Amino acid sequence: MSPAPRDRLAALPRGGPGLARRAWNALVLAGCGAGLALVLLPMIMLVAHIVARGLPGLSLAFFVSMPKPVGEPGGGMANAIVGTMILVGACGLIAVRVGGGTGLYLAEYGRGPFAGAVRYAAELLAGVPSIVVGVAAYGLVVLTIGHFSAIAGAIALAILMLPTIVRSTEEVVRLVPRSYREAALALGAPRWRVVQSVVLPAASAGIVTASMLALARAAGETAPLLLTALGNRFWSVALDQPIASLPVMIFDYARAPYSDWNQQAWTGALVLLLLVTAVSAMLRLAVRRIG
Amino acid sequence: MTSSAPAIGRPLARADVRARAGLADPAYRALLTLFAVGVFAVLALIVWECARGAAPSLAAFGWRFLVSADWDPVAEKFGALPYLYGTLVTSAMAMLLAVPPCIGAAVFLAELAPRGFGAVASFLVELLASITSIVFGVWGLFVLAPWLRVVIEPWLIAHLGFLPLFRGFPFGLGFLNAGIVLAIMIAPTIVSISREILLATSRTLREASLALGATRAESLAVTLDAARPGILGAMILALGRALGETMAVTMVIGNTNRISASLLGSGATMASVIANEFTEATSKLHLAALIELALVLFAVTVVLNAAARLLVRWTTGGRRDVAGAA
Repeated sequence: MSPAPRDRLAALPRGGPGLARRAWNALVLAGCGAGLALVLLPMIMLVAHIVARGLPGLSLAFFVSMPKPVGEPGGGMANAIVGTMILVGACGLIAVRVGGGTGLYLAEYGRGPFAGAVRYAAELLAGVPSIVVGVAAYGLVVLTIGHFSAIAGAIALAILMLPTIVRSTEEVVRLVPRSYREAALALGAPRWRVVQSVVLPAASAGIVTASMLALARAAGETAPLLLTALGNRFWSVALDQPIASLPVMIFDYARAPYSDWNQQAWTGALVLLLLVTAVSAMLRLAVRRIG
Repeated sequence: MTSSAPAIGRPLARADVRARAGLADPAYRALLTLFAVGVFAVLALIVWECARGAAPSLAAFGWRFLVSADWDPVAEKFGALPYLYGTLVTSAMAMLLAVPPCIGAAVFLAELAPRGFGAVASFLVELLASITSIVFGVWGLFVLAPWLRVVIEPWLIAHLGFLPLFRGFPFGLGFLNAGIVLAIMIAPTIVSISREILLATSRTLREASLALGATRAESLAVTLDAARPGILGAMILALGRALGETMAVTMVIGNTNRISASLLGSGATMASVIANEFTEATSKLHLAALIELALVLFAVTVVLNAAARLLVRWTTGGRRDVAGAA
């Protein structure tokens, strides 16, 4: 007769893994922790530097006054801040419509190979470097109009935002309970009516949040704007003219050989960091609380 | 009264409902499909615009564009080799620096960290991914460059100067700076996708190996083995990002068209030279050469992305939230 299970257990070696295995275990676990520290440390340093160097230049004037010539104290980036808002607003109008429509299509009708191909295309689009999108928008819009313009910049940003909005719209619309659709259909509403007046309103909060996240990220894009919206030293809100933007202005001011411009660049970087990261943080926290 | 209207008292037939909806349903669906086709159209337009713009350069230089190191706007001779080299060197350095700590961090967050700490740290990593590249550029230019110039590079020259990699003068700006900045920038991508993949694959494997008496480290080897294709996918995605990164690199790489064997030397990448010279291109051919660089960059990143996303999907069994988080 074979020994009882308890006897077999007793026959096992006691004391767990040997010294070598325990040492290796401790080493690997410590290494993983050190990896996390190595990843987070430069980031924390970066944020600390931006705050420390940017804060001295932060004042109301930075937001409301125009850039001053080199050597004159004061001055701000009012034109660039307004320019970024205009660019992001225009890009949102385009991207939310097209991306939202696509996401809605994928969630409501998205079965079969065509929808799969659309999803994959959107993911590939997300991987296209922003400078390449800038080059394409240059050929598409700038050459067509004949000069650099805000609308060209907005279109470039819209292309960059598109994949994010498509994906998150699809996810949010899929979260709308099936019973809503069934109830509306049972009342005799045609499919389009169900989507348009029941599903969309139910998903709208999520779509707005996701779009805001994408917009915050678009606000920080620089490379495509260099080739499309160009930048502008003066006040301009016209869509068909070159327009200033915060990231491009930071780029110009950081590379300039004047220390007061460099200070402005630090402050601009701080404002951008606050704008993009704070908006992302708040939205993500809000989403977590709801979902 | 038309004959298709249902008589009172008779239940609605399917055909009646269809007839009432009329053309509205197909029209609505067609409209949404049109938006979806728009995504393809955008991709196609990018290819078309880059190919059209690059045509003069393609015709003038052919494949020699990729192997010639001669970039001379005055003589109208354009060869992309220095930029291919710069892109390759900086991205390779970024991967070497970023991958080991990032995999450690992902493992720590997915398997070892207490739940609350893991959630907070993961949230932090996600936030770091939202920091824009121009901010990294400012930091690299004003903080990292002086530090490299004064502390790190003199040390490297003094102690490792016998290697060709570390010969030269401490400038602060160059391949080394660009590689470090890129490594910091791609870290959140690798960490958050690898963490998701580990979470998606590990549970039963970990429990089984622990039950067999494995230590934590030994059970990690098992789960990492299963997650390997997905983590490879995360690394390729990060590589694609590093290859295409523009602003931060432009600010710290020094912007010369030299091929220097030393990491302390300056250079340029495909993306950075486009950003630098595009609006100041002196001739049609110069512009076409820059657009051809964009075309090459596009081709490389699309191929890498396609492969990476297939790997991530395969490992996670098609969980969209992981594949898409990339």
